[in-house]
Amino acid sequence: MTTALSSIAARFRTCPVTGLQVNRDSEWLLRANAVIAVVAMLVGALAAIGLVLTRWQTIHLLPADLYYRFLTAHGLNMLIFWVIFFEMAVLYFAGPIVLNCRQPAPRLGWFAFGLMVVGAVMVDTMVFTGRADVLFTSYPPLRADSNYYLGVILFAVGALIAVSLFFASLVVAKRERTYTGSMPLVTFGALTAAVIAVITLLHGAAVYIPTWLWSMNIGNIDPEIYRMVWWGLGHSSQQINVAAMVSVWYLLGGLTVGGVVVNEKVSRTAFVLYVLFISMASAHHLLVDPGVGPAWKIWNTSYAMYLAVLASMIHGFTVPAGIEAGQRLRGYTNGLFEWLRKAPWSDPGFAGLWLSLVIFGFLGGITGVTLGTEQINILAHNTLRVPGHFHATVVGGTTLSFMGVTYYVLPLLFRKRVAFWRMAKIQPYVFGGGISAMAIGMILMGILGMPRRHWDSSFAGAPFPVEIHPAAELLQVLFGVGGLLAATGALMFIAIAVATVFFGKPVTAEALASGASGIPQGVLKLPPQSYEGPPAEALHKSGVRGTVVLVAVFFVCFIVYYFTNWAMLSFLWKVG
Amino acid sequence: MSAHEFHSALVPPQGIWWQPAHRQEKTWIAIAFAWCLVLFAMMPLWHFRGGQNPAGIRYRVKPDDYVARVERFVTDYKVGEESGIPVVAPPPGADVYLLGRMWQWYPALKLQKGVHYTLHLSSQDVNHGFSLYPVNLNFQVVPGYDYGLRVVPNRAGDFRIICNEFCGIGHHLMVGKVLVEDAPAAAGGRP
Ligand code: HEM
Ligand SMILES: [Cu+2]
Repeated sequence: MTTALSSIAARFRTCPVTGLQVNRDSEWLLRANAVIAVVAMLVGALAAIGLVLTRWQTIHLLPADLYYRFLTAHGLNMLIFWVIFFEMAVLYFAGPIVLNCRQPAPRLGWFAFGLMVVGAVMVDTMVFTGRADVLFTSYPPLRADSNYYLGVILFAVGALIAVSLFFASLVVAKRERTYTGSMPLVTFGALTAAVIAVITLLHGAAVYIPTWLWSMNIGNIDPEIYRMVWWGLGHSSQQINVAAMVSVWYLLGGLTVGGVVVNEKVSRTAFVLYVLFISMASAHHLLVDPGVGPAWKIWNTSYAMYLAVLASMIHGFTVPAGIEAGQRLRGYTNGLFEWLRKAPWSDPGFAGLWLSLVIFGFLGGITGVTLGTEQINILAHNTLRVPGHFHATVVGGTTLSFMGVTYYVLPLLFRKRVAFWRMAKIQPYVFGGGISAMAIGMILMGILGMPRRHWDSSFAGAPFPVEIHPAAELLQVLFGVGGLLAATGALMFIAIAVATVFFGKPVTAEALASGASGIPQGVLKLPPQSYEGPPAEALHKSGVRGTVVLVAVFFVCFIVYYFTNWAMLSFLWKVG
Repeated sequence: MSAHEFHSALVPPQGIWWQPAHRQEKTWIAIAFAWCLVLFAMMPLWHFRGGQNPAGIRYRVKPDDYVARVERFVTDYKVGEESGIPVVAPPPGADVYLLGRMWQWYPALKLQKGVHYTLHLSSQDVNHGFSLYPVNLNFQVVPGYDYGLRVVPNRAGDFRIICNEFCGIGHHLMVGKVLVEDAPAAAGGRP
């Protein structure tokens, strides 16, 4: 009995900063997934440099076949491998680590990880050897080598197993009473991400298994039905990213400035809204398709009347409100914005959080809802506006928030001091600034009609000459410089992460006590995680006026952009 | 009045967390919800009041049958040739058949301003993207499906059709042409 207990105890360590009981199995699984995520990002970022330098017409670096091949590799390594490996790490954190429990079935966790790695390697091998030049959407009848589809399937099965281990950890923690009360909001948000992941992966099975068979000449695939089911995977998985990102926002709010949950009921209900309407998002990609009619399009594109948009607008209030509240509770109570001015801007965890919030909301959210409007999509479908939009959501939003939280994961879970600390402090600004400039450049070029997924912006060699709007040539510079800046930011991040993991100095008690470099301020001195008494009463009275002003500005931008698009639409040819 | 307590998202809430929201939060949620209803209502409204909708006539068609239909359309109304591609001038009100295939928009069209046509789009092989440039009218072209859209060109000019869905290595060469001319003043429809 005592040996059993002590062997269990040996699997845990007590985190000196947060006091959490961290079990070693989860910690290692988290580390492995995070490291591979960064490797995938390296592949994706190198491909991105090729893409930027090719679409920037004055440079036009790659030949056509390599451009399309790199585009395929970039989409897969970034959107699928980087994001999902990192999300697996988030689940190991939000489950067993936050809940102080043991890792259920650690071996199965390693098996899942192995499957995902094998799948990813297979996919990349097929892509880089030119046997899968089909872009990451692989719309039939374009056809890749059957091993390409098999690789995707293995990866997805691995992810599904890892997600189920997260569910298991919730059960274990509840049963073994490793916490009291309800699960923390971070875990709740991760839970919604995990539920969405299951739904998404089922769509994935429904589409990739028949496609894999078809690639071996078994059965038939209807191109339109493929598009519908594929986007049940492709777009719903973006909702995993949103739910995971919002959970990370709440987490970073607490760790960096003692941010609070202003109201548990509101935040949790908003998370649930994400789950309810998820499969409908597929419609965003079929708005100008011949396969489905207007009623289906309207109902589905709006997620049954925009309730998932409502959820994001709610988090868009409660997350900054929680940050403002935390700052006010810690004494920054003057005026409307002292809490924001005096925020820890040189903490890359906080900078990543805040930039991610702003870029996701203002650039990604507003443009996304507008694009997803049935008729406005006529103006925008498959133009550069589309990648412009999603580089603001999944790159400026999700990726940047994951980068921000990495600056806390490194000292807390890898127990290493962040390397190149001065560079780390500016990294979120370089990446966020670059990706915003690139996204704005893309959106404006798209408004001028420039296509996405297109090798030659000069259209040389086509049977009819195409005149390019002079403004589009100017915008290419914004796009190109922004893209290179973003790629630089990504490479800075990768260098920091790799150097820290493999060569970082350990976080020791002395290092913590002396405020050594490479440890973010929230780790050096964890802000309070709960508050009561007079400051709490004062906050309840004053409310979060700064946030009210911010969301008001957001709302005005939203209205202006949205109706401007309707106005632009009304000038088009009549069509119906 | 109970005392107020705040905690971060890392702390498990104790007791009942289903508590009324603060007035500011409630107000924002109400505004956001109202806005969502506006977003929703705009789409059906535009179907009734607006001029640009992606509804169209939609049905399945075998790619070979569609190609044959396009060929018939070309023989019926061909008026010339440019860069090896036939130029076709259908009469006002006609059904216009445009084919996307690797890597060509076939045929080139000559239309009149202010006149309506039913523009059919389909593909012989893989997905293509119909993008009228620089008007910026975009539709997905899917093999096996005919998308018939009633269009009224509202400006004269020499337009291009760019393919904006990846369709293989020659994708960027896939540029078509639509010439819109002012309607002849007295010609009254029939050529
Ligand atoms: C590191 C900075 C990045 C840069 C400079 C960059 C740049 C680009 C460029 C130039 C394109 C091609 C657009 C086109 O020609 O149609 C592209 C496509 C894309 N990017 Fe990125 N990107 C970056 C990061 C990311 C990240 C982190 C993700 C995902 C999490 C991502 C997801 C995608 C996707 C899904 C596509 C579309 C691929 C396709 O159309 O098949 N990108 N990116
Ligand atoms: Cu094409």
